[in-house]
Amino acid sequence: MATLAELNLPTRLFLQAYPWRRIDPVPWAPLRRPLAESRFALVTSAGFVLPGQERFSAELRGGDVSFREIPADADLSSLVETHRSQSFDHTGIRSDPNLALPLDRCRELVAAGRIGELNHRHLSFMGSITAPGRLVRDTAPEAARRLAGDGVEAALLVPV
Amino acid sequence: MCSQTVGLVAAELERQGIATVAVQLLREVAERVRPPRALWVPFPHGYPLDRPGDPERQHEVIAAALRLLEEPAAGPPVLAEYPRTS
Repeated sequence: MATLAELNLPTRLFLQAYPWRRIDPVPWAPLRRPLAESRFALVTSAGFVLPGQERFSAELRGGDVSFREIPADADLSSLVETHRSQSFDHTGIRSDPNLALPLDRCRELVAAGRIGELNHRHLSFMGSITAPGRLVRDTAPEAARRLAGDGVEAALLVPV
Repeated sequence: MCSQTVGLVAAELERQGIATVAVQLLREVAERVRPPRALWVPFPHGYPLDRPGDPERQHEVIAAALRLLEEPAAGPPVLAEYPRTS
């Protein structure tokens, strides 16, 4: 189980005082039709990039709020994990990117008829965003516009 | 921090009409940030779908998340726990 207690002392002290961003009001979009007929997208905060894509920045104060597009046919073994956080063990998602971007599992679910189809692109953010103002104002709405414009009806989001 | 990030992105997706379910690693963060639909999992940081190289377990967690998308909800927000007790 993940607990704040597993983190190092400076991180714990930071998080104890951290003003978590409360979503209020909480928006709600019901599933419009059965999952077996829906277009599906994945969003991860694992900081994955494809070869040739710009790495996420470890330097930006408050965090890097940008995102990368991962095509549905991407080879997961080619993903490069660039998450800057030292507060978690990176070995799991590096050895099996499906832990944070379960594209192989979703392909299997499409083949099994559990979900309708995968969108042609999926999104990779890097968590570790301590100042989420620009995320909320700019990049998350832009990410949502792209997926909504693609006709995505349902999404699974996976943090690390 | 990662749990907050995906929660905030989930909220934007919902505002634009996309039904979402967000895995969450820290229950207290999920309760404070309030993603629209959240599945809290009892795994360590870095292992949101449990062990690497275990497709069966990954499918179990994803299946629990997908059920949250389909179930009639008392929320928002909805915060469920994996493994599901009901």
